[in-house]
Amino acid sequence: MTDQRPDPDALLEKVQRDQAKAQRGRLKLFFGASAGVGKTYAMLAAARQLQEQGTKVLIGVIETHGRKETEAMTQGLQQLPLKEMPYRDHVLKEFDLERALALHPQLILVDELAHSNVAGSRHPKRWQDIEELLAAGIDVYSTVNVQHLETLNDIVSGITGINVWETVPDRVFDQADEIVLVDLPPDELLQRLKEGKVYLPQQAERAIQNFFRKGNLIALRELALRRTADRVDVEMQKYRRDQAVTSVWKARESILACIGSGAGADRIVRSAARLAGLLDVPWHVIYIETPALQGQSEAKRNQILKTLKGAQDMGAETASLSGNDISETIVDYARQHNLSILILGREQPRPWFLFQRSLTEKIDARAPDLDVIQVPRWENDTHPGFIPPLLKRQIERMENDWQDYSIAALACAVVTLIAAPLHTYFELSNIVMLFLLTVVFVAVRLGRGPAVLASFLSVAAFDFFYVPPRLSFAVSDVQYLMTFFIMLAVGLITGQLTAGLKYQASIATTRETRFRALYEMSRDLSGALMPEQIAEICGRFIESQFGATASVILADLDNKLMPPIAATSKAPVIDHGIAQWAFDHEEAAGNGTDTLPGSTVLYLPLKAPMRVRGVFAFEEASATNNEERVMTPEQRRLLETFARLIAIALERIHYVDIAQSTTVKMESERLRNSLLSAISHDLRTPLSVLVGLADTMTLTKPPPTGQQMEIAATMRAEALRMTALVNNLLDMARLQAGEIRLNRQWHPLEEVVENSLRAMSASLAQHHVTVNLPEHLPLLEMDAVLMERVFCNLLENAEKYTPKGSDIEIGATNGDHDITIWVADNGPGLPAVQPMELFNKFERGHKESATPGVGLGLAICLAIVEAHGGSIRAENRTPRGARFVFTLPKGTPPVIESEESNADV
Amino acid sequence: MSVEANKQAVNKPAVLIVEDEAQIRRFVRMALEAENCVVHESETMQRGLIDAGTRHPDLVILDLGLPDGDGVDFIRDLRNWSQIPIIVLSARAEESDKVRALDSGADDYLTKPFGAAELVARVKAHLRRTSNTSSSPVIEFGDVRLDMQKRSVERAGQPLHLTAIEYRLLAYLATNPDCVLTHRQILKAVWGPSHIEDTHYVRVYMGHLRKKLEATPSQPDHIITESSVGYRFVR
Repeated sequence: MTDQRPDPDALLEKVQRDQAKAQRGRLKLFFGASAGVGKTYAMLAAARQLQEQGTKVLIGVIETHGRKETEAMTQGLQQLPLKEMPYRDHVLKEFDLERALALHPQLILVDELAHSNVAGSRHPKRWQDIEELLAAGIDVYSTVNVQHLETLNDIVSGITGINVWETVPDRVFDQADEIVLVDLPPDELLQRLKEGKVYLPQQAERAIQNFFRKGNLIALRELALRRTADRVDVEMQKYRRDQAVTSVWKARESILACIGSGAGADRIVRSAARLAGLLDVPWHVIYIETPALQGQSEAKRNQILKTLKGAQDMGAETASLSGNDISETIVDYARQHNLSILILGREQPRPWFLFQRSLTEKIDARAPDLDVIQVPRWENDTHPGFIPPLLKRQIERMENDWQDYSIAALACAVVTLIAAPLHTYFELSNIVMLFLLTVVFVAVRLGRGPAVLASFLSVAAFDFFYVPPRLSFAVSDVQYLMTFFIMLAVGLITGQLTAGLKYQASIATTRETRFRALYEMSRDLSGALMPEQIAEICGRFIESQFGATASVILADLDNKLMPPIAATSKAPVIDHGIAQWAFDHEEAAGNGTDTLPGSTVLYLPLKAPMRVRGVFAFEEASATNNEERVMTPEQRRLLETFARLIAIALERIHYVDIAQSTTVKMESERLRNSLLSAISHDLRTPLSVLVGLADTMTLTKPPPTGQQMEIAATMRAEALRMTALVNNLLDMARLQAGEIRLNRQWHPLEEVVENSLRAMSASLAQHHVTVNLPEHLPLLEMDAVLMERVFCNLLENAEKYTPKGSDIEIGATNGDHDITIWVADNGPGLPAVQPMELFNKFERGHKESATPGVGLGLAICLAIVEAHGGSIRAENRTPRGARFVFTLPKGTPPVIESEESNADV
Repeated sequence: MSVEANKQAVNKPAVLIVEDEAQIRRFVRMALEAENCVVHESETMQRGLIDAGTRHPDLVILDLGLPDGDGVDFIRDLRNWSQIPIIVLSARAEESDKVRALDSGADDYLTKPFGAAELVARVKAHLRRTSNTSSSPVIEFGDVRLDMQKRSVERAGQPLHLTAIEYRLLAYLATNPDCVLTHRQILKAVWGPSHIEDTHYVRVYMGHLRKKLEATPSQPDHIITESSVGYRFVR
């Protein structure tokens, strides 16, 4: 890479970023160290200033907390009424997102970015409301305090001792277009507090008194200043990058945070997020399920999944992996995703596992090039009643599987009994084999825990019953200690191995069933021809894989959702609004998402390659009891894959329909064409014969008399008129059929006029025709045959409706985009009807007149001109006469190469 | 064939009409016999090909809409061994069929319904063209004199400047009088095979040529447009 040129990818990214930003609204955040520094006031002041400059400002929601100065500032600004939301027994007032979106102001003020919405709102958090406002192109002003930033949450709670629950992902702060720091020295803030200018909620007064200690305030102020400085620094770097000031391009380093089941997972995620934010790099969070971690309680699993979900909200890529060896899985993942910094929880010293290497050491051995950072796991290590997780798990397991343990014990007892008569014939070393066999058997059938128990029991029984001195635990021969030790080790190792194998096998089985189900479903889907069939296949799959209920909602051509098709026997209750939202935004909504998570139904858009085909509604059986259950990323991914398969199947059906209707259309067109050509042949042939025979009559011997000649000429003329009529009707039928296939080529207008005049020369013999075409008219792209029909019909009209000897003029002017062409006469002018009515089918100026014709000529002209992208009108001329004017678009005529370059004259 | 008939045939031009419609055959026969032609009739394409071989006509009139085959195949077969003029009859709105027939070797076309006078004029023009074998390098039409030996063009006695393409175009038209030449044929002969799709070139240059040669370029007498098919040069 040269030092002058910016990375093209980076430039492209900048262009795309700028484009996306141009359509989005701008977010301005008023940022302060704590409550009471005057953020809301500053925001209102800024908004007032903008309103004076003519911006349409709307107050979405403002928390004045009864402060008079702040309330005075809201005067004169339009205020959006709050929405009343029933919540349990009382009614809460919330920001009305729908109204705000509908009003679509230029700027909206939404106080308290970190606010959590009442359950049942569209989004759980206010910052998500704001995201939607921004996406709709509305500028937003909002306020936020430093302690509400997700990654600073730990630090703030460390300083103040108060946990803040309402947090905002740093992403929102970082992506804000502008940050205004509202700063107030701690002394002044304390002064304002004393004067009662800072609002304090009654119930938490003591906690808040603690919060507003001077030391705290200084620390918070420093945090706020530093965070702002960091942001300014990032902006500076971004500027330098965009302007290609720097010549050094940082290699993209990415962060991988690994969490286990420990309570420190949240902490690890936050540290990783902070580090990723500082380095401005992407980051991943993975959870690894090993056999050892298997069998967690449901609550714990949910906790881990929530942590993963939280990480996702903060901008991380997340995954939950399963593997036998943690270090191997981590390193593989890091290699696959090109991640160079690992963040792990700090490991507890384990003095009793001296010979076992720590995770860090194992990773180091596998991948010495990866940076490993350890972060503290526990907020405070000495919980009252703290039980090491491993032991706790064992106890839990013990309770669950007491039956297995009793079987293990029973097996040991049985072997002891069997061995009793045998030991007189066999040596003790063979008896040991018998016990070992038992341990292995227990391990294979019952897993690790019972295997451990069986090992201990076997050792004990062997010692007690068979090792001399018998019926005592004492051991006379020291070498038996060796035997005991090996028995124990074999039991433990076998148990460990089998448990691992069983776990792997069970995972493989689950996966296999899943894949088989997916495979079977896609096979079934490929044969489906109706949306109902797809819904039924989908229902089968959902019931077998999730035990849930589902519906498929298709969209019509206007992007409106149609009534749902129930896939399972029991269909979920569909909220049409949420479904439409998911469809319009092409994002998941409902249960487990950021949008209306209060709903028990999950709405997944059915995204197919060409467009979104509809929405898939999914409700877990257990979700109805109103508690938010988190799906594993795998389940969610499975569901998404599944939605995609449905979408593709729906799209396929859609195109099958199109193909069918096209075939039908082609078939009917073919039929119509053969019918038309048959008619035209059968009508024309006798007419041709008539014309020909009328002509040959003049050639008969003896030569015909003058009267006979006249009759022959009249017959001929009438037959020709009949032909013209048939031609018009057939033309109209063709044009009516809709798709006139124009044979458009670049023609000089002169040629078309010449041909029309020649075709009409016989009937125009009694009129004076002049052609006034400007020199150097450009070529026009048209179907010459059809355009001749236009001229012929217009000339025929002019001839028919004007007395003999009248003047007919063909002219044209060359405009900027069109060429205007007219056929004018100096006859009696147009009949007294609406000029455009003349172009209707079977319309004749003078009804029941002696002038022949059925009134199709102008209708055909209109159809042909419109097919060419032009327009036609009729007007009267002053002092007299009629004029038919039509325009044709110029287009871009082909360039004719100058001949002189290859001239040889 | 009787001696008398043979004698007749020597003096009179023979015309073969291949057409399935008896009434049309009848009126064509009447019109042409009035002009001193011997007329042979064939109802089908098969019969037509045999008659073309045995009767040695001087001109063939062929209906494109025969029930037993594509007229274009007839033209190709005939052109394998004979250069006699072929005039095709076709219905309106079948421009592509006409172009196909002309490209395969037909010389002219008539659109149904056509008058006896029109038919007779065409037939006579083509018979004249083929009988007039003594080719002179000088062709005169209107007030224009084209000398292909000297490569010079004069109009009303004054030398007329033509560009190289205009000259080649005029020479090609003038050596194929009365024939309908399709855009394709003209492009191939004047511009070469690489320009075969650029039909607008022909139209633009025809315009140039008309402005230089015709008395009323907007209503030309010599270079006639056959819309969507091509051009015909008339002396």
